[in-house]
Amino acid sequence: MEKFTDLNYIDIKLFNTVGKNTTQMEAISRPNLTYWKDAWRRIKQNKAAFIGLIIIVIYVFFAVFGPMMNNYDYTAVNSSKMNQFVSSDHWFGTDELGRDLWTRVWRGARVSLTIGFLSTILNTIIGGLVGGISGYYGGTLDLFLMRFIDILYGIPYLIVSILVMVVLGPGMSSLIIAMVIVGWIGTARFVRGEVLRIKEQDFVAAAKVLGVSDMEIIIKHIIPNIMGLIITNLTMAVPRAIFNEAFLSYIGLGISPPECSWGILAKSGIKMLRIYPYQLFIPSFFICTTMLALNLLGDGMRDALDPRLRGTE
Amino acid sequence: MFKYILKRLFISLLTILVLVTIVFILVRLMPGDPFSSDKLTPEIRLNLERYYGFDKPLIIQYITYIKNLLIGDFGYSMKYVNQSVNSIIADSFPYSFDLGMRGLSISISLGIVLGLIAALNRGKSLDYVSIIIAIIGTSVPDFIIGGLLQYFFGIKWGMFPVAQYKGLEYTVLPSIALGFYTLAMVSRLMRASMLEVVQQDYIKTAKSKGISKFRITYKHQIRNAIMPVVTVLGPTVASVLTGTFVIESIFAIPGMGKYYVQSVQNLDYTLILGMTVFYGAFLVIANMIVDILYGMIDPRIRIAGR
Amino acid sequence: MDKILEVKDLNFSFKTYGGIVKSVRGVSFDVNEGEIIGIVGESGCGKSVTAQCIVRLNPEPPGYFEGGSIKYKGKEITSMSDNEMRNIRGVEIGFIFQDPMTSLNPTMKVGKQIEELFVQRKIYSKQQLKEKAINILKLVGISDAERRYKQYPHELSGGMKQRVMIAIALVGNPSVIIADEPTTSLDVTIEAQILDLLKDLQKKLKTSVILITHDLGVIAKMCDRVLVMYGGKIVEKGLVDDIFYNTKHPYTSGLLCSIASLETSKEEELQPIEGTPPDLFSPPIGCPFAARCEYAMDICYKAMPPEYTITNEHATLCWLEHEFANHVVFPCKRILKEEA
Repeated sequence: MEKFTDLNYIDIKLFNTVGKNTTQMEAISRPNLTYWKDAWRRIKQNKAAFIGLIIIVIYVFFAVFGPMMNNYDYTAVNSSKMNQFVSSDHWFGTDELGRDLWTRVWRGARVSLTIGFLSTILNTIIGGLVGGISGYYGGTLDLFLMRFIDILYGIPYLIVSILVMVVLGPGMSSLIIAMVIVGWIGTARFVRGEVLRIKEQDFVAAAKVLGVSDMEIIIKHIIPNIMGLIITNLTMAVPRAIFNEAFLSYIGLGISPPECSWGILAKSGIKMLRIYPYQLFIPSFFICTTMLALNLLGDGMRDALDPRLRGTE
Repeated sequence: MFKYILKRLFISLLTILVLVTIVFILVRLMPGDPFSSDKLTPEIRLNLERYYGFDKPLIIQYITYIKNLLIGDFGYSMKYVNQSVNSIIADSFPYSFDLGMRGLSISISLGIVLGLIAALNRGKSLDYVSIIIAIIGTSVPDFIIGGLLQYFFGIKWGMFPVAQYKGLEYTVLPSIALGFYTLAMVSRLMRASMLEVVQQDYIKTAKSKGISKFRITYKHQIRNAIMPVVTVLGPTVASVLTGTFVIESIFAIPGMGKYYVQSVQNLDYTLILGMTVFYGAFLVIANMIVDILYGMIDPRIRIAGR
Repeated sequence: MDKILEVKDLNFSFKTYGGIVKSVRGVSFDVNEGEIIGIVGESGCGKSVTAQCIVRLNPEPPGYFEGGSIKYKGKEITSMSDNEMRNIRGVEIGFIFQDPMTSLNPTMKVGKQIEELFVQRKIYSKQQLKEKAINILKLVGISDAERRYKQYPHELSGGMKQRVMIAIALVGNPSVIIADEPTTSLDVTIEAQILDLLKDLQKKLKTSVILITHDLGVIAKMCDRVLVMYGGKIVEKGLVDDIFYNTKHPYTSGLLCSIASLETSKEEELQPIEGTPPDLFSPPIGCPFAARCEYAMDICYKAMPPEYTITNEHATLCWLEHEFANHVVFPCKRILKEEA
């Protein structure tokens, strides 16, 4: 640029008219990303969320293969090896009945994670369908459903699940049913609100004016716009479901022995706390890190999938 | 405003009625009955069933129950001989209420303060400390917190008693265990809300008037940021109260939670019903109060409800 | 006329995740006492950032001054402390924001928001404060001021909210008012009312006004002098007549061609300026407008043009003014001034 500062030395040839530069005038230096590509990039950039994802993957791996890694059965009682501390024989020690804690922790992980994921997925599907239909079609159906949901929403969640558990008896499927019976209501409310919000936006009106069918509007406009929020909601709900399973098992209503879950392990750990604190510390570590990982992942997903946050850093 | 309160009251009453009905049906669906374990002669058993009205059709039982409820009578426990449900609730509820209030006030006040400190020191070490506390709080279930507090502060260092509920020092550990999760949640919410408000245009307007930073934070930012926190107070009361179930059993506190869990395990129909209805009504009313409170704080809702 | 505000070679940038955005690049202008000066340009050209620099409302960080100076009545603003700035904001320079819907605190009564300017200065008693607020509400044309005083923003219409915003900007009796697109979010009839009000008040109170807009119609109606901004620079400045009748920059000419006027015949098509403004992450080394300019020459892509002075007040940043360049007569000259 220096050479142009003295105006007397400018070459006259530079004053040829060349006109517009059509490539430069539309130039946008930032790359063009689709919604999902952008979301994936954000998740990867968010270290905490990525670590959360890795922890979940590792725990799922151990939940599947962990119990097979040694020769103990999670129900096998051994009265000569009660309350043993961590050793090369028993990697996480043994409990008050001499059962191997490594095997029990991963068996518990299998149960707890299955319940956590399955119940939230079912919640999301049922709640999503009800909320979506109610929100999209509106009318009397919507009015009726929403009054119904308003009333149900006020009923304390855990109390109803406790009673349902008593009716159905302990077990994994009862737990899932108990959580879904009350859990879908929150999702339905939330999805309905989102559908209503999107439905009233101008791009949907524009699509309608162009004669796009209801089905296509739902698939092409509504679902892509609320998918991110639903997935985020789902991620955030999994730790809550695991939490509830642990709670129900803790008060003696969830999983019944000899089957075990993280809630059961924590309960027997607290019983032995005064003498053998490791029996609480070890399962607690896994419960807490799972919650932590899911919370971090959920936070990351929220930041990554919220369309309103796109383009900001 | 009056109409708004009336409407809320109506929905709340309806919710309680639905709750009673659902619980009534669920309790009757429960397998087994309270007398099955007691090895009674068929005669006594029949007498007992007649006494509690089980020989009548379900619908009559239901109507009788509702009638009694309206005069505040929850009936008699089936397991605790000669004790009315009312007296059991009257004995145990004060413990739960006291614990719940302590947990709630600790968590809400500290949660708001922690969130505030974090937002005002965004990106500095104080912010990270509060984020870490918040993440731990939302990741550690209350029974684990309870167990850990008991182990370290009670057993290992002997600073506080680990069981019973007989004085101020007894209340410390259970209140913290109970409130920690909510504290974390409130602080996260408050922080996020503060950071959102600070980006609002009206903060810039306030700045353009040349008023002090302190006044902007105090008069404009906090006042608006606290709104979303008020909306979650209802669910918060619910989660703290259900939390008492576990905390009471860990710390051996003779509150309602303990009785509730026992009644469920004993299939003590009347006690389950009575306690559930009491709990539920309490929460529904708490929710309603929060809603009305919110309406009073936020001028936008105050008008809409008129 | 005395110069009340002198901006010299102002550079302001933002550090963002994606790099440094040079929002304002070497902007210089003066504001005289009692005049209305307009700043016009597309979104993202740096006009709002420039205005907010004057009262330091840009968030710092991520924003920071890269150089230049802003002098208000001889005092340097860019190096003032927070406390010194507080004595400028509101009482010396008032600010009217773009969106009245979001610029008022929803949980504070209108009257309180107006009075707030004085609360910490402790000049007036409570009663005097209230009187002052009600008087200013009347002045900006709000009927039933006593009742409005006690209402919350959501109880007012959009036009009324903007009147309240103007009241807030005026109540401290400032020497300069900066109005950042004050009518963009209002409908056309309300826009006219608000502009008339602003002009009336300016005459009555003898304040200087910096009016930011993207609408040349507003400029024609309101302003004495105009700055045309593009890509973080002032590409042309002059009296309103210079800009409308003796256009010297192809961008200004493009702006004039892209609006309709009463003279525009039915067959005539409006000519938009094709393309998008440059990305200020990496501004071009040459003229920022070159890529969209039909008269662009080789040199325009290679070097930033110097400022060519046409008359005392009129200057342009364009190579076409160089003696080697072909003489160009810009085709579009609308008679906007009279219409307005």
